[in-house]
Amino acid sequence: MDLYLLSPVISLLALALVVILLDLFIRRKWILGWVSIIGLIVPVIFTLSLWGRNETSFGGALAVDHFSLFFHLFFLGVAALVLLSSTEYARKFAAFRAEYYALILLAATGMMLLASTRELISIFVALELTGISLYVLTGFLKDPKSSEAGLKYLLLGAVASAVFLYGMALVFGLTGTTYLEGIAAAISAEGLLDSPALLMGIVLLVAGFGFKIAAVPFQMWVPDVYEGAPTPITAYLSVASKAAGFAVILRVFYEALGPASLDWGMIFAVLAAITMTVGNIVAIAQKNIKRMLGYSSIAQAGYLMIGLAAVTTEASSALIFFLACYALTNLGAFIAIIAISNKIDSDEISDYSGMVRRAPLYALALALCLISLTGIPPTAGFMAKIYIFSAGVNAELLWLVIIAVINSVISAYYYLRVVRVMFLGEPVSKEGVHASSGLRIALSLSCLGVLLLGIYPWMLMKFAETAAGIFLP
Amino acid sequence: MDFPYLSIIVFLPVIGAIVIALLPGANPRRIKLAAAAFTAVSFFLSLALFSMFDRSLDGPQFVEQLSWIPAINVQYFMGVDGLSLPLVLLTTFIGFVAVLVSWNIDLRVREYFAWLLVLETGILGVFCSLDLILFFIFWEVELIPMYMLISIWGTGRKEYSAIKFVLYTLFGSAFMLVGILLLYFQAGTFDMIALAGMGLDSILSSMMAAAIFFLIIIAYAIKLPIFPFHTWLPDAHTDAPTAVSVVLAGVLLKMGGYGMIRVAVGIFPETAHSYAPLFVVVAVIGVIYGAAMTLRQTDLKKLIAYSSVSHMGFVLLGIFALSQVSMTGAVLQMVSHGIITGLLFAMVGLVYSKTHERSIPKLGGLVRQMPVIAVVFSVAGLAALGLPGTSGFAAEIITFLGSFGSTMVPGIHIYTILAITGIVLGAGYILWMLRRVFYGPPRDEYNGVPDADKLEKAYIFAFVAVIMLIGLYPRILTDVIKLGIQPILGVFYG
Repeated sequence: MDLYLLSPVISLLALALVVILLDLFIRRKWILGWVSIIGLIVPVIFTLSLWGRNETSFGGALAVDHFSLFFHLFFLGVAALVLLSSTEYARKFAAFRAEYYALILLAATGMMLLASTRELISIFVALELTGISLYVLTGFLKDPKSSEAGLKYLLLGAVASAVFLYGMALVFGLTGTTYLEGIAAAISAEGLLDSPALLMGIVLLVAGFGFKIAAVPFQMWVPDVYEGAPTPITAYLSVASKAAGFAVILRVFYEALGPASLDWGMIFAVLAAITMTVGNIVAIAQKNIKRMLGYSSIAQAGYLMIGLAAVTTEASSALIFFLACYALTNLGAFIAIIAISNKIDSDEISDYSGMVRRAPLYALALALCLISLTGIPPTAGFMAKIYIFSAGVNAELLWLVIIAVINSVISAYYYLRVVRVMFLGEPVSKEGVHASSGLRIALSLSCLGVLLLGIYPWMLMKFAETAAGIFLP
Repeated sequence: MDFPYLSIIVFLPVIGAIVIALLPGANPRRIKLAAAAFTAVSFFLSLALFSMFDRSLDGPQFVEQLSWIPAINVQYFMGVDGLSLPLVLLTTFIGFVAVLVSWNIDLRVREYFAWLLVLETGILGVFCSLDLILFFIFWEVELIPMYMLISIWGTGRKEYSAIKFVLYTLFGSAFMLVGILLLYFQAGTFDMIALAGMGLDSILSSMMAAAIFFLIIIAYAIKLPIFPFHTWLPDAHTDAPTAVSVVLAGVLLKMGGYGMIRVAVGIFPETAHSYAPLFVVVAVIGVIYGAAMTLRQTDLKKLIAYSSVSHMGFVLLGIFALSQVSMTGAVLQMVSHGIITGLLFAMVGLVYSKTHERSIPKLGGLVRQMPVIAVVFSVAGLAALGLPGTSGFAAEIITFLGSFGSTMVPGIHIYTILAITGIVLGAGYILWMLRRVFYGPPRDEYNGVPDADKLEKAYIFAFVAVIMLIGLYPRILTDVIKLGIQPILGVFYG
């Protein structure tokens, strides 16, 4: 048992505790935010020092491989951007700022664990650690909308956990083990492939994870929770929580249920088609920008699931790459929204009218991110779509790719509508928008990333290929 | 690798756009001068390219090739051959003139010129790319600038027209992307030159070849546009600001024709041959329907827009008659139409800016107030209807002779003759329009309306000079175009 393998997770946990403890001793609370941001360097260094190792620990329950390390960096990066964009927003929480920052760090801890565990019970614990932190964060504003969102998220999340547990129980009952490798071995050895109970277990697991990634029909919570939660947390949910869901799906389905890939490949293909279509069509009617991005994130989950439906290493690599591009883009969009909404105190799309003349840089940044979400070059979103669609075509899922490209056209309508309002509308007032330095740093980082990945995606693709390389279909 | 001429020509405008966006101070004159400078340099470089082009070689020249995204085998692969070079030259010319045409813009000047220059880079990139994904990227880059330009600086139902343009284009490119990916997994490369040399028609099943061919060609059919995918065109052209109409008609439509020749027919000549009758029939319908629609327009700008539908029918006919002469004619027609219709839109813009009126029945007798505009407008009109000595005549006669003599499509004689009636109708709507707008009794309300100023004269005379040059000496282009066409039709003619 090598505890050093767990050092990124442990150091992050320690950081969360340090932030809470510091709160008792310092009076200038803004320091806490910067402590959490700068403190993230420690787990990043530990992660980098582990790069290249391919080991397991805790009797095989914990894996340190390229995949988990990639996601360590991913979640640390997302947490950093979310923290940066919270420094100003967190003033709303007055006395509870330390808890807010610590919960963000704890959720990240859970997600990092989620990407590295190879055992069902550990997965469940990590899921709950992530989930509970996020439930609390969602209700953090304590106004009626936020509380309702928190409660809704908690209740539906609990149902999803129960469904997930039931699926786990079925799989455990059939195979007699909770270790992913053992499950795969038992399925092949005992010829369980045709067992209806296994199929039932797979369906329940898909449902449980489907909640995390907000796939239709498990997406009911998304619009209300996204609208009610503090905006940085909405960004966090839409990016990190979704990515964690996909990471654990890759892990469980490739490592444990690999032999049954024909079954779940098909399930994900159908879910992908439904998810993207429903997400896009409902998004058209939205008037609140956070709700619209909520539905858009459902649609994006649909595109992402092409990477699950096509059961190839190339597809997993495309999925991982898509996640990174989507994370930068969506975070960029939400950060711009935080900056603008702080000033105009509204999330209605119509209130963004003429924003390009009040806040040209924020409006341009938001436009860039929306264009990237549509998938128009030269942006990260375009490269992500090309990569995942080509993996889909290669896996003979032409029908799904055709549905996906038609969906992309539909999505252009509502993404560009926001651009239109910002660029064509008359400004309501002449007042400009000024944001904190944290927001500005976070926004420039994500926009630079979006452009850079749109022009030179190869570095990250190579990273994604290495990460996905541990899964052999 | 030699000096990267193409990259510089293609990216100069977008660098100009960035410079304009960052230029300190809000002096509109400096912004306009910067835009003019960047597009002018790009134009002169492409002129240099045209003179350095080796007319004894077929295949791409000035090639730049780098590995770009190895995961899916995408390259940064640029090059021009006889097919693309004239279009590059056309684009840089129109791009430069479009800046001059926009000299009177005074609304959000900085944004306007930045978008205009980004647009030029997108179009140039399409003509220079030899990798399908690179091609596709440039194909899409043009969307957002176009959307902004029409919806902010346009007139009439501008927002509707802009989003209609974007959705039509995106719809086409969505299918093109699927086609390209499907092609990639059948052939293993995005390299357009290699793909064209593979003889994929016979390697793939005819079902698969036809599927890819049609998936890809939808995008070009929308862009060119061919009947019945043309409905975005009158809206977009009519509501766009003048310079954008010039770019739209001048070069943007040519992306469709170019894609058809380079990608669809170039990679699947046999499949194109099998379905040629379909396209030829659609071409004839487009010519006659477009001309008939043009005849009943009362808005000056809409009239020119519909005439484009008719003229693009000639291009489609020339391409799918599948003879070397007809296809050379089609490419020449693209260039010639770009110049002529670009000039016509610029003239409409001038008439409108002086009289604030575009409705033909309300105009009349303008030759007395604006003799220069009237004469140049008439020259452009006569070129559009194919008067000998103008580029319109050269292009159309080559297209029709080539189509008539083609042996590839059964019944092509009849279709060609039917298409020629489009010329007759064209003479009708052009002359009728000229008579109603410029001749007849002068109207009092236009007394004292000024003629073209110096800058305006400069660019409209430049257009006229090019029309005459190509009309009197078409070989200057056809010699080059032939080089590009020969390898594409090599399957049929050895």
